[in-house]
Amino acid sequence: MNRDSLLAQIGWVCAALGLALFLTILVAWPAGAPPFETIYVLFKGGVSSMSKIGRVLAGWVPLTLCAVGLLVPFTARLWNIGVEGQVIMGAIFCTAALRPYDEGGALQIALAIGAAMLGGALWALLAGCLRVFGRVHEIFSGLGLNFVALGVTLWLIFGPWKRPGVASMSGTQPLDMSLWLPRLGKLSVSWVGLALAIAATIFVYILLYRTKWGLKMRAVGENPKAATLFSLGPRRRLLQAFMICGALAGLAGATQVLGVYHRLLPAISSNYGYTALLVGMMASFRLPLVPFICLFFASLNVGSIQLPLQLGLDSSLSGVIQGVMVLSLFIVQGLRLWLRQRKEAD
Amino acid sequence: METFGLTLAAILVAGSPLVLATLGETLTEKAGIINLSLDGSILLSAMAAFVVSVTFDNPWIGLLAGMAVGAAIAGVLGIIGIYLGQSQLAVGFILTLLCRDLAYFLGHNYSRQPGPDLGLWSIPGIGDVPLIGPIFGSQSPVVYLGLVAIFVCWWWMYRTEGGMRLRAVGESPRAAFGRGIRVRLVRLYYCLAGGALIGMAGAAYSLAVKPGWGRPQGCEGAGWIALAIVIFGGWHPVRAALGAFFFAGLQVSGIYLQEVFPSIPAPVFQVAPFPMMILTLLAVNLGRMGWMQDIVRRHPFLKTFSKGWSIEAPAALGQDFDPKKGL
Repeated sequence: MNRDSLLAQIGWVCAALGLALFLTILVAWPAGAPPFETIYVLFKGGVSSMSKIGRVLAGWVPLTLCAVGLLVPFTARLWNIGVEGQVIMGAIFCTAALRPYDEGGALQIALAIGAAMLGGALWALLAGCLRVFGRVHEIFSGLGLNFVALGVTLWLIFGPWKRPGVASMSGTQPLDMSLWLPRLGKLSVSWVGLALAIAATIFVYILLYRTKWGLKMRAVGENPKAATLFSLGPRRRLLQAFMICGALAGLAGATQVLGVYHRLLPAISSNYGYTALLVGMMASFRLPLVPFICLFFASLNVGSIQLPLQLGLDSSLSGVIQGVMVLSLFIVQGLRLWLRQRKEAD
Repeated sequence: METFGLTLAAILVAGSPLVLATLGETLTEKAGIINLSLDGSILLSAMAAFVVSVTFDNPWIGLLAGMAVGAAIAGVLGIIGIYLGQSQLAVGFILTLLCRDLAYFLGHNYSRQPGPDLGLWSIPGIGDVPLIGPIFGSQSPVVYLGLVAIFVCWWWMYRTEGGMRLRAVGESPRAAFGRGIRVRLVRLYYCLAGGALIGMAGAAYSLAVKPGWGRPQGCEGAGWIALAIVIFGGWHPVRAALGAFFFAGLQVSGIYLQEVFPSIPAPVFQVAPFPMMILTLLAVNLGRMGWMQDIVRRHPFLKTFSKGWSIEAPAALGQDFDPKKGL
């Protein structure tokens, strides 16, 4: 890959984007969507006003937290698909920590954030233990635990934590205003959340590229057998990697509860965990790209809310575009590989 | 007695799409390809099957459309995974998310609409037989399709030359290549065939088991369960089918449990199969571990049990094969 010039690399990325655009139009056409108007609405919907930019940033925070967290286990070639469930667990622990308080301040919020990180980390540890000691593939353990976490949420909302009188999908009793994360001006995003997401990105960068721990972790990823021989302790390290990812996912859950919804509800994770996996693949798990792709994906999500209102289309088109983009990237990568192999064969 | 028969009949219906999806994935994985897109594939083919049956007012054309969509998704995965050398797991996962959103997007206008379904088939003469009557006498066609598919898959895999080739490319692609089998092409064929069965499973949901389309449709998550059942079933079609019916039994018993524990909300029972899935995978994998096998060796009477437990994945599962690199 290194032999290609910068120009060629940009060319390939453009080819991937072009393919993604073509495929999007192709799949949107049977739904009767006017292609260019749809894309215009989608892109404009995320940037047309300050309040929308605020909403994009509010989505960027949990998405970035999950996506940079995912890089840690992926460095050892582990897919933490359970990140979705870890977000939910974080949200549950966060809500649990705040239940005794009718109102509060910075201390209670800090406590709730700590609890959320603990919840996410424990849920990730469970998936990690199943992987390391039970040899259950992390895709199945993670996925199963996602659904279990959802089940726990539903049980809490309809059972012990139901609102007085009514239990409904709209969630638990809303938190008192004093327990909300402080907002950034009039925008719907909190500066605390933004600061946490940026801090998490820097933390993961330092951890992976500037510490011995990160170096050993990458060694485990490159060659687990050699890592065992040099006693780099893959088992313990893998569990640690899972827990760090889980803690960051839990943090994302806390920002959802404290900053966005101010209560626990079934859709608390907003699919950010799965989207974060797409972000990771889109960035080929290169950290510097992650925050920007997160920003783009978050703006697509906000823009898609306009689709049902303006064009009568389903808002899941944003997910379609995100998937198509990552798929196109893989197709183009594969074509590159294929062309190079053919050249070498000649 | 009658309740028992009706319960078994309900398990057969609930299990049929799972059986079809599991068989499709078993076929794919036997050839060495992992199709992780199951959950999205099922949903998209369910949507396609429903929309096409509404359009043509014929559920059987819808069933074919579902199969075609399932095969097409598997084809995308097969071409990118086999010929373009990309990670099968990554592409499969992307396709899962993509197909799910695509299903909701394209099916938007058909949500909660009435449409045709496959109805019931009655087999004359069986209906009055005690026990068998209520179970098999009058059932949805997908039940019969599922049962036939179990037999056909088993027969094809273990009793024909084609099945031999299938297992060869999954177990030892190099040896198969040496015997003149076109490994990549055979893998692609079984990927497509498996995809068609998975598509049939989707159609079975939207045309028979949970008729109709909506968001949510009700079959979300089934694909992941089916993926786990393939491992539970040890990549053997009959055992996998039994696993599928076992999990369907869990789902059906959830309905009864709900009557026993009315305080637990209904959605909780829908996630019950997932901890079961993890536990079964754990049990299956523990049986393969060294210390477990030591215990079995020391206590010979356990051997009879362990025989049923020991399973091996196709040796070349998830590995690509490049014929140009030669033997």
